Amino acid sequence: MASGRLTLTADEVSFFTAAADTLIPGDDLSPSASACGVIDFIDSELAGAWGQGARLYRNGPILKGKPEHGYQLGLTPREFFRTGIAAAERWTQSTYGKNFAGLDDPDAALSAMETGKASFDGFEAREFFEALLSIVMEGFFADPIHGGNRDMAGWKMVGYPGQPANYRDVIEQHRGKRYDVAPRSITDIGK
Amino acid sequence: MVTRLKEVDAVVIGVGWSGSILARELTKAGLKVVGLERGAMRLPETDFALPHSRDELSNGVRLGLVLDPSIETYTMRHATDETALPIRRFGAFLPGMGLGGAGTIWNGLTWRFTPFDHAARTRTIERYGAGVIPEDMPLSDWAMSYDELEPFYERFEKLCGVSGRAGNLRGRKIDGGNIFEGTRQSDYPNPPLVQSQAGHMFETAARKLGLHPYPTPSSNVSTAYTNPEGATLGACQYCGHCDRFGCAVNAKASPNSAILPVLLRDPNFELRTDAYVTRLIYDKAGRKVTAVRYIDRKSGEEYEQPAGIVALCSYTFSNTRLMLMSGIGTPYDPHSGTGSVGKNFCYQVTSQVQVFTKEEINPFMATGGHAMNVDDFNGDNFDHTGLGFIGGALIFAGPTHGRPIVNRPVPPGTPRWGRAWKEATAKWYNHSFSMHASGGNFANRGNYLDLDPTYRDEAGLPLLRMTFNFREQDYKLSAYTLGKAIEIAKAMNPALLGTPMPRKGNLNVVPYQSTHNTGGTIMGDDPHTSVVNRDLQSWEADNLFILGASVFPQNPAHPPTGAVGALSYWAAQAILTRYVKSPGPLN
Repeated sequence: MASGRLTLTADEVSFFTAAADTLIPGDDLSPSASACGVIDFIDSELAGAWGQGARLYRNGPILKGKPEHGYQLGLTPREFFRTGIAAAERWTQSTYGKNFAGLDDPDAALSAMETGKASFDGFEAREFFEALLSIVMEGFFADPIHGGNRDMAGWKMVGYPGQPANYRDVIEQHRGKRYDVAPRSITDIGK
Repeated sequence: MVTRLKEVDAVVIGVGWSGSILARELTKAGLKVVGLERGAMRLPETDFALPHSRDELSNGVRLGLVLDPSIETYTMRHATDETALPIRRFGAFLPGMGLGGAGTIWNGLTWRFTPFDHAARTRTIERYGAGVIPEDMPLSDWAMSYDELEPFYERFEKLCGVSGRAGNLRGRKIDGGNIFEGTRQSDYPNPPLVQSQAGHMFETAARKLGLHPYPTPSSNVSTAYTNPEGATLGACQYCGHCDRFGCAVNAKASPNSAILPVLLRDPNFELRTDAYVTRLIYDKAGRKVTAVRYIDRKSGEEYEQPAGIVALCSYTFSNTRLMLMSGIGTPYDPHSGTGSVGKNFCYQVTSQVQVFTKEEINPFMATGGHAMNVDDFNGDNFDHTGLGFIGGALIFAGPTHGRPIVNRPVPPGTPRWGRAWKEATAKWYNHSFSMHASGGNFANRGNYLDLDPTYRDEAGLPLLRMTFNFREQDYKLSAYTLGKAIEIAKAMNPALLGTPMPRKGNLNVVPYQSTHNTGGTIMGDDPHTSVVNRDLQSWEADNLFILGASVFPQNPAHPPTGAVGALSYWAAQAILTRYVKSPGPLN
């Protein structure tokens, strides 16, 4: 199905949009995740080197470890989300009779994944949730040059000034005092 | 088909802190030195340039300057009866890769170890008796005392322009410095960095409790500085991008900023990047390493570089791995306790608690090294009677960065997403910092390194396997020292405290803890229980020297890089004043 995206399918865009906007809803602190470009960010990350498995040791044998061993699947991040979203949608269908984007209470569905109450078919729901939360937060707080954090909404929400981060001349007088400046991104510095 | 190259005076394997210091000392004395660096060329002006160098996603999260695990990683298990699994993404610790190694991406913490750290066995027995040393803890003294190494610590501090405040200058105790430190012959080359709000709160609270706070000795320099090599470091901008990043303004002393600018211009030095050393060619009968074999990662071609002197200067793990792959020395056997290569693998015992404050913290105005610290609960600076552990922790506070993908603490009980998470994150981002108790880690008979039987690197060679877990000693040390940190935190009158996080359970390779991995090729005075002698010369091959934290018999609480630098100068002196004149065993 055409999605107009680098790698995400229309169904995946639909899942990510609904899930990301549940994790980071729009309110007076910031627009929603998708309105901040988080889906663009995810598409770009999963299509790029990281999404294709760069900087990941993928040699076998693939074995199940303890949680302390960290990631032990043979999937690239792109494959992880393809498989994970499919599993999440199957669970959502069988539990609520709807796909994720059609849920009345997506918070409850995500909570079930987060706490492990949800049991996916052939995939660890909690591991999926943790990866989902990570990539959404990355898209909300990474420099806008990566496609998310549009208008530096994530940075404005917390008061992070971004670039160029030269504080030598201000650190002393701002000790214990708020440093109120409009944030700047890598793109702003490059202009 | 291996191409054999022309012999050189010396070859240095790994061009990080150890390799670049040793190479510089040898080339200054007229020796021809080849540096073999597995990673790529890294020059500050091109590779750490603004603004991309301060991109949290690329370097802080995707770890662009860290060792690529698809090239080489390590496997981990908690005990010998388990199957080790590979670390597929680095997390708990972050080895460097590229010219400069981990020295490029460090935080700049430049402590000396204490006199106790150099003589932990003797001093522990003197004060408490041998009975307090657990049966499975092979506790050793260093092969040289603090006083012997003192001039070499000083040399490394001057190379890095360390910013700090002396606490024990030629025996005179100075308030505001670390009064527990060993005697220094000179003050730090630069004054301390500007204090943060968190550091200010820590200092005030620690003083109120009668403790002795002092600023981090930092290689992020407080003012522009030209070191004895003639390399100039810029003044720190407090940008909050040290650890995991190259410094965009050359304020962080690294091999790339403090020594390579000079070394790379030296005609006696030849750097070969992308050179993956796979074996030391060992002539056991002749007690020599005759050559070093490496793969050029760009072309796949294999080479053998013969050399008069071979120095193993790679990261802790790779030093041990190359010794094992080359068949030099006897691998350590945890069941019989025999053999020495791979033994005494140690880590750091880290614990923390988050402090939430009424005051504005501005965590983003930070450097890797401007915390405030106390040594009151480190080493043997307090009475351990009845505590059930030895050693202690460095307790400190002060943000190293406010990078928001990873650093946005919220109080206990806050949801991790949704509206309530947003409100708490917006409210607390600028009102929080973490307090740490970073404990020493003593060796244990069951913690060691060997070659993995199953998993391979990109060249098809076995990965190094770590068998490691924390022990009762570590859990007790952590609980006690974190308790002391919490007392300091409470004396700050915080708005809230986070859930205390003492070290519990198994080693977990996922959350970052510390890139202070030590041991595997330890120094000592007995060839049966150590790998190198006090000159860091191999007991098995007279022309082989091993530099780096792999020679530490156990890991003290203070960060290791100051000692790594000092030991590099120490070994260089032994090589130049004694070995070159009379090649053979120095001890």
